Amino acid sequence: MTMPISKKIVFYSLLTISAFVVFAPALMAFVMSFMDNKDIMTGSLPQSLSFDNYLKAFEQFPLLKYLFNSLVVSVVITIGQLVLSSLAAYAFVFLEFKGRDILFFLFIATMMVPFEASIIPNFHIIRDLNWIDQYPGLTVPFFATAFGTFLLRQNFKQIPRELREASQIVGMGDFKFYLKVVLPVAKTSLVTLGAYGFLTSWNMYLWPLLSTTNDTVRTVQIGLKQLQTQEQLNDWGVIMSGAIIVIIPTLILLFLGQKQLQKGLTEGAIK
Amino acid sequence: MGYIEMMDISKSYNKQSNVLNGIDLQIEKGEFFVLVGPSGSGKSTLLRMIAGLEEISGGTLKISEKIVNHLPPKDRNLSMVFQNYALYPHLTVEQNILFGLNAKKADKQIQQKRLEETAQMMGLSELLKRKPRELSGGQRQRVALARAVVSEAPLCLMDEPLSNLDAKLRANMRIEIRRLQKRLGLTMVYVTHDQVEAMTMGDRIMVLNDGIIQQVGEPIDLYNKPSNLFVATFIGSPKMNLGKAVLQDSKLIIENELTIPLEQFVNLESLENLNLVIGIRAEHMPYGDEDQQVQNVEIVNVEHLGNETLVSFEVGTELWTAKWLGQWLVQVGDRVPVHISVENMCFFDEETGDLIQEATFTHKQEVVKR
Repeated sequence: MTMPISKKIVFYSLLTISAFVVFAPALMAFVMSFMDNKDIMTGSLPQSLSFDNYLKAFEQFPLLKYLFNSLVVSVVITIGQLVLSSLAAYAFVFLEFKGRDILFFLFIATMMVPFEASIIPNFHIIRDLNWIDQYPGLTVPFFATAFGTFLLRQNFKQIPRELREASQIVGMGDFKFYLKVVLPVAKTSLVTLGAYGFLTSWNMYLWPLLSTTNDTVRTVQIGLKQLQTQEQLNDWGVIMSGAIIVIIPTLILLFLGQKQLQKGLTEGAIK
Repeated sequence: MGYIEMMDISKSYNKQSNVLNGIDLQIEKGEFFVLVGPSGSGKSTLLRMIAGLEEISGGTLKISEKIVNHLPPKDRNLSMVFQNYALYPHLTVEQNILFGLNAKKADKQIQQKRLEETAQMMGLSELLKRKPRELSGGQRQRVALARAVVSEAPLCLMDEPLSNLDAKLRANMRIEIRRLQKRLGLTMVYVTHDQVEAMTMGDRIMVLNDGIIQQVGEPIDLYNKPSNLFVATFIGSPKMNLGKAVLQDSKLIIENELTIPLEQFVNLESLENLNLVIGIRAEHMPYGDEDQQVQNVEIVNVEHLGNETLVSFEVGTELWTAKWLGQWLVQVGDRVPVHISVENMCFFDEETGDLIQEATFTHKQEVVKR
């Protein structure tokens, strides 16, 4: 696209300013995590930068434990979602049965029910199963996802019907076809869904708070909240350093995933 | 007994209207059988029913004397080549070719041996490590063929395999497929909408329209003796020239425009006063000599093909095309004499469209038999 230089300058400066505004809180948190409390409270520019806050965060709270819990919970949820939604999507695309489409729309309709509305029944169930303070209680309720099924179904639909027929002719069953053809061909959207699932479960707050009563399985988001309330005067430096630690895994995932995604996207485009 | 037998096969999707109706057919072992028809005629459906990918609504299907109506595709011992090749995009050429053998858990050594043979035969040895997207259309087509060949199934089904290739490559692949079929002794059922493909490749052809068999026979028979108007216009290029005609007082009047006196030896009394449609092939209307019966017509279009010239002229409401060998420097608007003889005409019933009497001349002169 061609546009006059003056217009370009205006656009780019506007974009730069808005990028800065959007990114400011994260930048502030990053800087604050290296400042000592006095500087933060007085609102002055940092006199000295140090890693003290990070050391404190790890010393004062079982941060590693929280991180580990979060990792377990997120990974399990991601895997669970991938397995269940890809199987469900396979059925909605490749198996023919009566009322398949109606069932699918019913399935999609559940996307309109917010998670908060199902929290009470979910809580009842995991309490009755004695899953409070356990990993299954934190993870299993999130395995079934209408969004994931929808996403994968759309992707599976692009797989030519002839591929299934060719495999039928050589006598390949549904499950083997799913494993050997559908999953590898739909790799890109599996990665997308996996990254999405991991990020949302990593950032979960309400459910881990409800379904846990102690530190054994608590996730890092709850731990972060505890940083804030432990002392009378909030130690903002420590809180910010905790927040930075928490977002590091998600950033790593994003960077890694981006590369994968780009590769996958161009692969599809060129054919 | 044929290798594939169909008895009164029909197909309907909604239990009301049939896509296919009363298909009775026998396909012999080792035969190259072509199903041809316009799109929507049901030819692909019929092929998919043979493959077992489509349920059979009525009738019986036998393959090598066994009823297979409800047999799953894998138990029918056949291979299939799809229009879009159906190559697995994430697998290499080698893995694609061996996909079927792998699924059937064939011995690794046998797999390797067959792979080498097939790759050699299809000229794919250099490409085994490539992915389908790194291949050209013709190479993909070869991989798809190799996949069918490597299975060593005696029956091979092809669903318009050449329609995605350009004209030159298509002509090459036609010959290749034909040779392959003869060499391996495969029974081939080949679906196409292209009548040239049908004519050039098939041992026998079945013309299908609206789910009904129009005619089954050898290519030459279909060309010379089309059993109805549909086959007459579908087979052959340019298509057979048609015109409404009546026979009165020993004269044939075509489209109320051309009057052709009958020669003595032509015996057509039985057609007197019937509503007829006559059909005549383009190559049977040569430039008229002085001593012949000629009709003077005005040229409305000329197509130079190099070795032959197509000349179009109007007969009533119909546009007729004559094919003259060689290069004729005639212009649009010229009036030229054209020899049109009753001997070369096929006669059809105007109402039913069925053939009443085939052309007599073709038999006497043009078919060279050894």
